[in-house]
Amino acid sequence: MLYDVFISPFAEFEFMRRALIGSFALTIGAAPIGVFLMLRRMSLVGDAMAHAILPGAAVGYLISGLSLAAMTAGGLVAGCLVAILAGVVTRNTLLREDASLASFYIISLAAGVTLVSLRGSNIDLLHVLFGSVLALDDDTLLLLAWIATITLLVLAVMFRPLLLECVDPGFLRSVSRGGTVTHLVFLCLVVVNLVGGFHAMGTLLAVGMLMLPAIAARFWCAGVGPMIAAAAFIGALASISGLLVSYHAGLATGPTIILSAGVLYIFSLLVGPHGGLVRQWAPGRHLEA
Amino acid sequence: MTFALRFSDLTLGYERHPAIHHLTGEVPAGDLLAVCGPNGAGKSTLLKGIVGILSPLDGTIERVGVGPREIAYLPQAADIDRSFPVTVYELVSTGLLREAGLFGRIGRGERTRIEDAIAAVGLTGFEGRSIGTLSGGQMQRMLFARLLLQDSPVILLDEPFTAIDDKTTSDLLGLIGRWHSEKRTVIAVLHDFEVVRKHFPRTLLLAREKVAWDATQNALNGENLLKARRMVEAFDTAAHACERAA
Repeated sequence: MLYDVFISPFAEFEFMRRALIGSFALTIGAAPIGVFLMLRRMSLVGDAMAHAILPGAAVGYLISGLSLAAMTAGGLVAGCLVAILAGVVTRNTLLREDASLASFYIISLAAGVTLVSLRGSNIDLLHVLFGSVLALDDDTLLLLAWIATITLLVLAVMFRPLLLECVDPGFLRSVSRGGTVTHLVFLCLVVVNLVGGFHAMGTLLAVGMLMLPAIAARFWCAGVGPMIAAAAFIGALASISGLLVSYHAGLATGPTIILSAGVLYIFSLLVGPHGGLVRQWAPGRHLEA
Repeated sequence: MTFALRFSDLTLGYERHPAIHHLTGEVPAGDLLAVCGPNGAGKSTLLKGIVGILSPLDGTIERVGVGPREIAYLPQAADIDRSFPVTVYELVSTGLLREAGLFGRIGRGERTRIEDAIAAVGLTGFEGRSIGTLSGGQMQRMLFARLLLQDSPVILLDEPFTAIDDKTTSDLLGLIGRWHSEKRTVIAVLHDFEVVRKHFPRTLLLAREKVAWDATQNALNGENLLKARRMVEAFDTAAHACERAA
């Protein structure tokens, strides 16, 4: 019985195994990125970047159809362009990051829609919008694995400045010129992970894998390192449960995985030991000192 | 006499409006200099210029033996995100960033130095506390511990004792005295003349330009203070380009 529920879907069907591995790769890269986004109060930046990527991917689709390489490249170019332009404008004018990001991503989105309408064809963007986690081919799996690997390596290199850029940017600026570069590279990592995510979850829901596990992890751990580990664990848990629920109940897979992450988030919000609601309502008697 | 910093006809400001006008002078190496003056006199602006956050509108700043990024600088309001989950120990250890770089190991020697710095500011026992739990005074002590670790020959402090109690102020003044005896150059922006007269041998009195730069008792005499107080704070929105010769 337990075997039928939990194991046999993966044992019997290759597409389920591929989906599982793909989502694991996704969550391993996305977890630390999401944690940093959340801690820097940039949780909504992922959403903006997802909109910025969409037109790039659509243009890639227009040029060479449903090609992994073209859509990935298009998404990367559009996303990184928006990230870098916004970062440069923020640091050289009086605009704050939210304002400059908002202006560039909406320009990117409008340009993308214009380009698509020029072509006049009614293309099926469902794949781009909602992903196809149950149809991951070898190339896509490899891409996801590459993205996770690169993300972890780059984060390892810039962990110290990135952390300092979050806690005390003024200090980082006074001891090093690397702050701006760190920030831009980080934004590009966000883009890379979203581009990976849209193959599995679609552009818009890719943000879910980035943010939900990270935000849920905030309720479980105090330090940044443990928080990243917890986020990866929660993401993996959401992948497994989402895949199983969607298999047994016949629901769309991508959204079900994100919904599972949502359930885990609400659970964490309620009972997490760091600021969870139950802990706040019943904190226990105050301590002696 | 060797100097640590030299300002030559230095003008610093924002959007072409000068906050400090035509400042010339030298800070000798090992000096303990107070920078005083009314609000809006350009004191913080001067420190920002020295650490290179602000580029001069005109004139130059020469730094001897230190790059702008090697100067230890405590800004007036550190833009620290206090909700960020790092501990006192971790934040103090960021003082080693320049030295350790991206991958430099924090070994036993470094750990001892971090612990010593925390002990020197009287925060032993707070190592594992997250920075969000500190009071204002404890926060300032922690930032001084980081300055200690930076081990810089030039240290700039922007109003380090504002909203800090007497006990903490006198502890931190002790650290400044220690830096002075180690022949480091210390420049501090201060408002408390009593502290300045007692602890700082030399003073630069600013009021958007140099009013006096001298031994403290001369710089802070009644005439100079009156002159500083008459400073015009607002800049003229219709000002012409400055033609004053260097």
